This record gives sequence, structure tokens and C-alpha cells, in this order.
Amino acid sequence: MLYFSKLKLVSIYFIILFLSFFSAINFLDLNNNLLKNKQINLGLDLQGGTYLLLEVDSSPLVQQKLQNKLLSLRKILKNKKIKYENLKIKNDIINFKILENQIKIFEDFFLNKDGKFNPYFSQYRSYELSHEIDNNLVSIKYSKYGIVEIKNSALNDSLEIVRRRIDEVGTNEPTIIRRGNDRILIELPGLSDPNRIKKLLGKTANLTFRIVSDQPDDFGSEVLYFEDGVTKLNVNKRVVMSGDNLDNAIPSFNNQNNETVVSFSLDRVGAKRFARITTNSVGKRLAIILDNKIVSAPQIREPIVGGNGQISGNFTFQSATDLAVLLRSGALPAPLNIIEERTVGPDLGEDSINAGIISLIIGFLLVIIYMIFKYKFFGIIADISLIVNLILLLGVLSIFEATLTLPGIAGIILTVGMAVDANVLIFERIKEEMRSEKSNVYAFDIGYKKAQSAIIDANITTLISAIILFFLGSGPVKGFAITLGVGILTTLFSAYFLARHLTSIFVMKRKDKEIVI
Amino acid sequence: MKTNIEFTNFYRKLNILSLILIILSIFVLLFKGLNLGVDFKGGTLIEIRTNNSSIKISEIRQSFIKMNLGDVTVKKFGKEKDFLVKIETIKSDDPSFIKSIKDKLSSDTGSEVNFRRVENVGPKVSNELLKAGLLAITLSLAAMLFYIWIRFEWQFSLGAIIAIIHDVLITMGIFSILSYEINLSIVAAILTIVGYSMNDTVVIFDRIRENLKKYTKSSISIISNTSTNETLSRTLITSVTTLLALFSIYFFGGEILKGFSFAMILGVLVGTYSSIFVATPILNYTKVSSKTILKDDDEKL
Repeated sequence: MLYFSKLKLVSIYFIILFLSFFSAINFLDLNNNLLKNKQINLGLDLQGGTYLLLEVDSSPLVQQKLQNKLLSLRKILKNKKIKYENLKIKNDIINFKILENQIKIFEDFFLNKDGKFNPYFSQYRSYELSHEIDNNLVSIKYSKYGIVEIKNSALNDSLEIVRRRIDEVGTNEPTIIRRGNDRILIELPGLSDPNRIKKLLGKTANLTFRIVSDQPDDFGSEVLYFEDGVTKLNVNKRVVMSGDNLDNAIPSFNNQNNETVVSFSLDRVGAKRFARITTNSVGKRLAIILDNKIVSAPQIREPIVGGNGQISGNFTFQSATDLAVLLRSGALPAPLNIIEERTVGPDLGEDSINAGIISLIIGFLLVIIYMIFKYKFFGIIADISLIVNLILLLGVLSIFEATLTLPGIAGIILTVGMAVDANVLIFERIKEEMRSEKSNVYAFDIGYKKAQSAIIDANITTLISAIILFFLGSGPVKGFAITLGVGILTTLFSAYFLARHLTSIFVMKRKDKEIVI
Repeated sequence: MKTNIEFTNFYRKLNILSLILIILSIFVLLFKGLNLGVDFKGGTLIEIRTNNSSIKISEIRQSFIKMNLGDVTVKKFGKEKDFLVKIETIKSDDPSFIKSIKDKLSSDTGSEVNFRRVENVGPKVSNELLKAGLLAITLSLAAMLFYIWIRFEWQFSLGAIIAIIHDVLITMGIFSILSYEINLSIVAAILTIVGYSMNDTVVIFDRIRENLKKYTKSSISIISNTSTNETLSRTLITSVTTLLALFSIYFFGGEILKGFSFAMILGVLVGTYSSIFVATPILNYTKVSSKTILKDDDEKL
């Protein structure tokens, strides 16, 4: 065990140098971008920032889609001359009654794999809708995969819009990723007050323009409230135009009445339609509605033909800017709920880094002194291997661009405490062997050999814990699992190769003299 | 350091002590329960730093009572101006929830307050985190059981797993008695304790296996005693270095790591004790002999 071939030595020291290089990168102020990317990232708990987990609430979307299905179903049934009764939606299920002899005609088009009404997903081997017929009563609902598809497309669309909204606000290197079937994970480093982003993400931003109804009890109208929740208006249900036709929106200032407004421009289709509507409805009031709340309802004084308009509504510059951002980025297909939020202020992050570094240094010094006290010269060897171990650990973390969190720093400190274990096991074993063996070289050789199985078994158990923690832990805890796991590997390397080599140099030199551990 | 302690003499008494501690722990865990943090119970956690050191904890408490947010706990958190607030109700539908708390608190205390950390966990997520935590602990126990069974014999596996359960139960029991909060990092600590306790146990087991092969005529009680003595100085030195590191985190690593390092310190102490006085005696009780080991070798041939 004390002999090393040249090739082995070269590889051992090459690996150490290689990792030391990457470890050193973290302490240099670099201009090279390629290398700068390899610096260890600080987790949100250390650099400060906001973590948000959003969930797409797809149930309103399912209801809305089912409503559309109902409308097209009615058309198809009429076209096919199928007689139906009581066609309505209850608890997200379309119900209706048909005649016994027409069931076949219904099923023919309903189960037509190339039909438009009920698409067939060959990847799932399932239709979008499933149906049951009981006693001439047909009930139709979204199949499991139909729901999956709705969620999927809602999530993809939401992801895009969330990305646009966050980009508009202009935060530093945001991370926006999809999580599972209906979630979006957002990390915003450096953002200590997520209030504005949360507000922006909390709005569906469904913009509609509708005419205010004259008659109070008009059948085709509904009552909607203003932002204040008190003032209300009777508004026509028919949507004249929606936010989809918006080309651009910017906050601006109306000089005539000294008011902050949002100016918008419409696309060609929107401009044409807007011109027609405003021409026909001069004198009426046009309600501008955002997420079912009236923003404002100005009177149409003259036809607006240019495709440009203004939204007023007691805006501050900030709220006008936010509305413009929402309108530019488009409406979310479904509401988003924030189901988890973690924010760390930059000063706490800095405190955590400082506390982490101080406790690392103190823990490190205590262990180093204790080892020298216990093992004298061999303590120094163990300490050298401990220092190199830390350098290697940093190097590996840098190469994999790992994220360092506060629990991650705890993992490093814990590694310092546990890393000497391998050397302790070996030294204690050698001590025992030296009691019965005359030859130093032989005692050291046997010591290393016999300690091997205990060291491997002992470290694998901790490694198992670290791996499980890595896969099941979340956020900062994952950082702990990484440093603990990598720490175990570098510990084995530095004890088994570096410390062993240093020991062998010493033992070979003092072959025939007395050695005290 | 060559020791010659008759560990076997203590087995009976200490095993009874361990049993009592385990029963006590189960009792407290069942009747007092654990103080689950927002990670596992849902709710809002806010770390506050005030601008003015004359602001008393009672003022902050008063302000929160006025806000009518249901169950709110306020406690000091490390330094003089720092407080930790836990709100049990969650208002995830209102994005300005945190801001409104901040505004009200500022006006009530008449000074600027800094929200250094905000954690807001909805019921769905906390439920998932709790499940994942329990799954992680169960999985790691199963993985350890399996690993020891592969590397040793079932008697060793049994000893190791009883020792780990002993460590985890007693650590959790102490957390329950002290009403210390259980959060994500405590789960990480428990998993590390599982790994560490195992590590200690395995080193002794490894030596027992070796000695069983060497002294085929000796009884298990002599062998486990010799093996424990032979590995004792390593067991103690490693515990000391690990504890040095942990105490350093506990005293200098900041408030956030206090719970974690406290759990780890308990775990290392209990884990070291259990590898000597819980795991090893089980080999005696299950009458492990050199045949147990050698039979296995024959099969492998």
C-alpha cells in the first residue's frame, strides 16, 4: 500500500492541480467569461432574492372550454338533425337527452377519430372527451388526458407570458422553469421586495372593451364593479374587442387634463373593428374591463378610426406602467396562484455568508489543532490532506457550477469534522499493528489495507443519506446534500491517495528508526 | 491509547435506560407532538429587523394582534433588534399581504422595519414537503438496512437499524420536549444523523466481523468487547472532531443554522452512544458466532 507507481503519482497530483485551478477561480476577479461561468453560484439564501412557486389554476379554463364545446355541440346536433332535450352543463359535465334511435348518429360523429369536435390523442390512446349514455341520457366530460392537454397548453402559454412580464420588469438573470404538470418555479436573485412582481403575476390581465348598457334590466348585460368595489355599471355581455388585438401599450401623460394614462395601439383587425364600433356607438359609454373589473368607462365622443386610444383611470405613473406591462405581455390563459414564496433580503444573505465563513474558519482551526495535538507529525499530514480536501471540494463544486447555499456551507463544515475520520481510522489501525509488528513499513502497509473496508463501509452509509437527500430535498437543503456528498468523495481521495503518499515518503525515509504516532 | 473496558457489564443497565428513553420519546411525540414549522405546516414566517432597539417584543405582538391574523407567534431571534414572526393563516390570494403587514407594523411601532426574510408556504406545498421528508427518512433507513444486510448478516442489519431508530426517536423526542421547530433543515440533519450513526456502527461491526474470523473459538461477548475497545479511540476522536465542527456552526453560524446544528450535536452524541451500547449488544443477543460469518463465506465459494 505504500508503493505508488509513477503514473499513479502523476495522475494524483494532476487531479489535485486541476481541481485547485478551478477552486482558485472563485477567489479571482476575472474578465474571462468562460471561466467566470465556472465560479460557484450563491443560492438565493446567500445572495438574497425571491423564490416563487406558482400553480396554474386550470379549473376556470376547463369550464370555459366546456362552454365552447356546448356551443359547437348544439350546432352539430342541429346540423345532423339530432333531436335533443335539456342540453346544459352541470358540475363540469355536459348533459342532454336524445332519442334511442339517434344514439348511433351521435356516437358516429362523437367517436370519429378525425373529427374536430372530439380529437383523438394517439399518444395517449384516448379522446379529449369521454361520454356515457345511460337511459338515453348522454353525459360528456373531459377525459383524464383531455384535462392533461388543457393543463399542458395552459402551462406552456403561462410560462411564456410570465417570462415576458418578468423580463419587462427587468430583473437580474431570472430563472423561470416549468415544474411538473401545472407549476412554474421562479427564482429572482437580488430581488428583495417581490411585491410588484407578485402583483403583476397575480393578474390574468384579461382586457375587454364592452358597451355600457342603457336599460337597467337588459337580458344581454351584467353588473360589473369598478376597482373600488362600490361603483357599478350595467355592461353589455358582448365583447366588442379584447386585449388580443392590442399591438402595443405604453404609459403616457394626457396634457389636456393632467392625467397619467395608458396609450394603446391596435393591430389592423382591431383598428377596423374599433372604428366600426365607435362609429355606431357615438354618445354611448365604452367600458374598459380588466379581469372583470371596470377600469374606466369613457363616453365615445367621436369615432376612433386611427387604431389608437387611451385608457384613463386615476393611474399613478407606476400603476400605468404596470398596466402597460400587463397589456403588452398578454393575458394569462388561467389564473396563477402563488403557492410558495421565499424571500431573503440582501443584508441577511451577507450576514449568512459572514457567519458561514467565520464558523468554517473556527471549526477548521479547532479540528486542525486537535489533530496535531492527537497525532503530532501525522496530525500535520492529516491536516494537509484536510486542506487539500477543501480545495478539491471547491474545485468539484465549481466545475459542476453547483449552487452554494447556507446549509451547503454547513455541509462543508461538517465535512471538515468528518473528513479526518478516514485518516483517524488508518492511524489508529497502524498504531495497533505497530504493537505487534517490528517493521515500520509492514505495519503501515497492513494498517492501510485493514482500514480500507471500514472506511468504505462507513463512507458509503453517509453517501447514501446524501444521495437520498439530494433527490428528495428541496432548495437550500439540496445544497447541503451536494456539499456533503461531494465532500465524502474528495475526503476518500485525499485520505487514500494524498495522505497515503505523504505518509509513505516519511515512512520510507525513517524505515529503521522509531516512529511514534 | 489502549483501553480495556468491560462494556458488556453495562449492556443490561444502559439498554434499559435506552428503552425508557425511547418509550418516553414516543410518549412525548404522541401526546405533545412536534413543533412543525411553516415548511411542513404551511403559513408565513417573517424575520424582522427593527431600526430602533427600544422597540419591545410586546409592541410587535400588540401590532400583530391588531391585524387580526389568527394565531401569531413572535419571538426574539438572535440579536436585540431581530424578531421572528410566525403566522399560521395563509393568504395566498392576496399578493399585497406581506406589504400590508409591513406597512401596519411600521406605523404601529413608529419606525422603519426591515423584513429580512419572508417564507410563505401554502397548504398544498407544506403537505408535499412533509411527505417528501418522511419518505426521505424512511428511504434512508431502508437503504441502510439493505446495505448492511448485503455487506454483513441480518443480525448486524438488525442491530444497526435498531440503533438508528433509537437515535432518531430520541433526537425527535428531545426536539418535542424543547418545542424546537422542525423545518426542512432538521430533516436534513436527521438524515445526516442516520448516516453518521451508521458510520460509527459500521466501523465497530467491521472489526467484530474481522475478529470473528480471527478468533473462531471466542464467544461473541468477548469479541464484541475486544472490538469495541480496539475501535474506541477512533470512535471518540471522530466524534470529537465532528462535534468541534458542529459547535462552531452552532455558536458562530448564525440563527438560521442553530436548529440544524443542535439536532446534529444531539444526533452525534446519541449516535456514538448507540453504536457502542445499542447496536453491538444486539449481536450478543442474536448469538452471532464465527459460524454466522464463515457460513456466508462458504456459500460464496
